Amino acid sequence: MERHLTLIALFAALIAALGLIPQLTLAFGVPVTAQSLGVMLCGTVLGAKRGALAALLFVGLVALGLPLLAGGRGGLGVFASPTAGFVVGFPFAAFITGLIVENWRNGPLALVAGVASVIGGIAVLYAFGISGLAWALDRPLTEAALLVTAFLPGDVIKAVLAGLVTAALARARPDSVLSRA
Amino acid sequence: MISLTSPVRTGAHGWPAGVKLAALCVATVVLFARADLAFQLTAAATTLAVTLVGGWTFARAALSALWRLWPFVVLVVLWHGLTGAALDGAVIALRLLTAFLLANLVTMTTTLSQMIAVVMRVAAPLTRLGVNTRALALGMALVVRFTPVLTDKGTALTDAWRARSHRRPGWRIVIPFAVLAIDDAEHMAEALRARGGTTP
Repeated sequence: MERHLTLIALFAALIAALGLIPQLTLAFGVPVTAQSLGVMLCGTVLGAKRGALAALLFVGLVALGLPLLAGGRGGLGVFASPTAGFVVGFPFAAFITGLIVENWRNGPLALVAGVASVIGGIAVLYAFGISGLAWALDRPLTEAALLVTAFLPGDVIKAVLAGLVTAALARARPDSVLSRA
Repeated sequence: MISLTSPVRTGAHGWPAGVKLAALCVATVVLFARADLAFQLTAAATTLAVTLVGGWTFARAALSALWRLWPFVVLVVLWHGLTGAALDGAVIALRLLTAFLLANLVTMTTTLSQMIAVVMRVAAPLTRLGVNTRALALGMALVVRFTPVLTDKGTALTDAWRARSHRRPGWRIVIPFAVLAIDDAEHMAEALRARGGTTP
C-alpha cells in the first residue's frame, strides 16, 4: 500500500518536475515540454490503474492551485482555457498506455512501451486536446487538429524515450515496474 | 511550495472556498449557455469590475495571466472574421477571457489548505465505499515533497555531467534520474510503513 502510494505520488511529481525543464514555445503559444513524457511514463511504469491515479493526482493538484504545469501555470483557469482538453486527457492517456503495456507481454519492453506511448500518450491525449480546442474555439475537429500537428514530431521522440527509459528501469529496478509486476 | 494564491489580501480571501467554487461552476455554465454579445459584454465588464475591487496590484496580477490566451483570441477573431461570422468570434473570445478570469480569481483568493479542505469534505462519503481518504491526503503531501527533491536530483545529475563533458547532458541523464527517483520513493515507502503507514 505505502509502496504503491509513494510511487503514484512520485510519478505525479515527475510530471511536474519534467515541466520545469526549459521549454520551447512553438507557434500559437502552446509550449513544447517534457511534461507529456511524464504522462507516458506513468502508464508504462505504473500500469493502467496506478498510472491513471498518478496523472489524476497531478491534474487535481493543478486544479487546487499549484503551479505545476509547464511555465508555472496552474489553478482553475487552466480548465477554462482552450488547452484544457490536454490536461483533462492526462489520466486517460496514462490509463490506455498502461493497459497496453500490461496486456501485450510477448515482445521487447522498449518496443511495447514505445508503441503504447504513441497510442496512449499521443493518439488518446490528442483526441482529448483537439476536442477541447474545437469546443472552446467553436471550430470543426479537422481545423483544430491542424493546430497541433506541429507538436507531433516532438511527441514521437518522447514516446521513443519513454520506451527506452521503461526498458532500462525494468533492468535496473524490476520490482518497481508495476506494469509488469 | 509556492501556490498561486495572491499575497494581496482581498475581501474574497475570507469567503468559504466551497461557496466560491459553487459560484464559479454556476457562472461558467451560464457563460457557456448564453451566446448573445450584449450578455457576454456585460459579463466581461462585471468580472473586470470585480477584479478591480481587489486593488490595482491584485488586478494587474489577475489580468496579466490573461495574456496567455492572446494566441487563441487572435485566432478566433481572425478565423471567424474571415469566414464572415465576426459576431460569433467576438462572443467566443469574450467568453474565453471571462471564464478564464473568473476561474483565476477563485484560485487567487483561495489558499491551498482551503481547497484541500473542500476536497476532503467532498471525498468524506467515499470512505464508506472503502476509499482511503487518508491515502489521498498523504498522496497530495507527498507530491509537494517529491517535486522539489526531483528537481534537485536533476540539477545534481546535470552538474555532474557538465563536470565530465563539454557536451550538453540531454537524454543521457534521464535513465539515472529515473532510477534515483524510484529508489527515493522506495525509501520513502519504508519510512512511511515504519511510522504507521496509511492505515488510520
